[in-house]
Amino acid sequence: MTTATERVPEAMPESDGAWRSLRAFLRNPSAVIASLFLVFVTLVAIAAPLIYPEDPLSMVTRPFLWPGQNPQFPLGSDTLGRDVAAGLVWGSRISLIIGIAAMALGVTIGIVVGAAAGYFGGRIDDALVRLVEIFQTTPSFLMLIVLVAIAEPRVESITVGIALVTWPTIARLVRAEFRSLREKDFVTAARGLGYGHLRIIFIEILPNALPPIIVTSSVIVASAILMESALAFMGLGDPNRISWGSMIGAGRETLRTAWYLTAVPGVAIVLTVLALNMIGDALNDALNPRLSSER
Amino acid sequence: MPLLSVADLHTHFQTPRGLLRAVDGVSLAIEEGESVGLVGESGCGKSTLGKTILRLVNPTSGSVAFDGDDIAKVPSDALGPYRRRAQMIFQDPFSSLNPRHTIERILTAPLYVHGIGDRAERKRRVREMIERVGLPLSSLSRYPHEFSGGQRQRIGIARALILGPDLVICDEPVSALDLSIQAQILNLLVEMKRDFNLSYLFISHDLSVIRYFADRVLVMYLGRVVEEGTGADLWARPLHPYTRALIAAIPDPARRRQAAPIGGDIASPEDIPRGCRFHPRCAIATSICAKVDPMLEAHAPGQRAACHHAGQLTRPPEA
Repeated sequence: MTTATERVPEAMPESDGAWRSLRAFLRNPSAVIASLFLVFVTLVAIAAPLIYPEDPLSMVTRPFLWPGQNPQFPLGSDTLGRDVAAGLVWGSRISLIIGIAAMALGVTIGIVVGAAAGYFGGRIDDALVRLVEIFQTTPSFLMLIVLVAIAEPRVESITVGIALVTWPTIARLVRAEFRSLREKDFVTAARGLGYGHLRIIFIEILPNALPPIIVTSSVIVASAILMESALAFMGLGDPNRISWGSMIGAGRETLRTAWYLTAVPGVAIVLTVLALNMIGDALNDALNPRLSSER
Repeated sequence: MPLLSVADLHTHFQTPRGLLRAVDGVSLAIEEGESVGLVGESGCGKSTLGKTILRLVNPTSGSVAFDGDDIAKVPSDALGPYRRRAQMIFQDPFSSLNPRHTIERILTAPLYVHGIGDRAERKRRVREMIERVGLPLSSLSRYPHEFSGGQRQRIGIARALILGPDLVICDEPVSALDLSIQAQILNLLVEMKRDFNLSYLFISHDLSVIRYFADRVLVMYLGRVVEEGTGADLWARPLHPYTRALIAAIPDPARRRQAAPIGGDIASPEDIPRGCRFHPRCAIATSICAKVDPMLEAHAPGQRAACHHAGQLTRPPEA
């Protein structure tokens, strides 16, 4: 080559990581269906006050109205004459709010702890790994019950409780990613250029560790929704808010005579959790360049 | 006064198998504007020495005097001014650039971190540097994976030079590249040295690259420098049997007979032989070699070797 200037490939938008991942994601039919379903649930949750302005906990008709019996109450009414459809719509709010907020809080704690342990290593790592182990060796749902029972069962305390039992999963994942990434030359180069620890952790390393964190986050939303439902089923939910879990709990005693009272919110939980897990799987494929290029 | 002066530097690591003495008593000096080659087999501690000089690895003992300051004793949070003046070019151009950052970001961040210039000034410097290393301005908005190995190494060089360093440690900068690209990158490094008045410590296992590049050559074996001299002297008249073996191992079509390879493998740096560390593999070793560790001594003007039988071609009779 005679000139010093080398030829640089023309702009290739398809080679850009984010676009490639998005296209791989959209090629996956189950991921698209799951996403559309979640968008629908989200819209319903946001529009709940418009669809059912009435308090879903108020008694609006006679008890044990079966679905389809009265077109005004398409999903029937429960033991106290409350509208099941209104409960379902309002319950989606609690499930989504708690699921997303608990995930956000848990992931934040997990990233901070995992990044510090994996990046600094040594004694900091030893101490933080012990902390994670303490949390992980305690049965998480029992700990959640204790936490919520000590605090008042309110949306905030349930969210914090779920975050406190989910962060160790993220922390372990982030720690493993950081331990392998900190050995890369670009991190050595960053140290050699005099970058500070915070800059190296959050700007150099974290973006490279994000794909597995994103995948796990979607699964954590699903498990947070399940945990909230289980708490509410046991009567440890926020008593002033209706949730899918509390609807199942209320319908439990009439399971043989009015099974629809447990089945309707049960199906809602199953579909939402399934959709989130399907999205998690699709993201795992889409964000893994080796897998998606094989498709 | 030399720009860099390393004295009796040791870098040891505690491993499950014992104490790993990667750098075990190295002394060297680099004058301003000088290129010093550092050659040796894989695992002889070349890279660790480079990283210790840059304080990417902390030394166990010894001193690293850079322009009068002992870098080995500066607290790690006060290394900022040194970082601006001493930089590194890495072997693997694929893992040395952050895959999530654009080239512009990779080159701007060092200026930003060191508080050099305002936005416009930083932009101007980055543009100047990318053209200086032979890449078009349009490269700036691209990501590292869009470039070939040679182009990435140009980016790595631009990043190392953007802060205007005096000393650049090149850790095998061309050994991961195709042969046709190696010459381009070596030429670029020579140009950069001339234009920016750089001093290089050029680490390589390839004597022919070192010969092309370095004013003075250090030969390293198991954590220690065993021979030092100008490239021409070493080539014409190697004093240490290890240097002689390295030179003989270069394939040469002019030489019909193939050189006898060095016997055996490099010993483990966790278990360095007593006496001369090369004696188990040495063709001319005698009983003194197993007992006394030879010091690096001058055996000819400007040429030093750590060998009891420096310059001898055959095994001397036992005393």
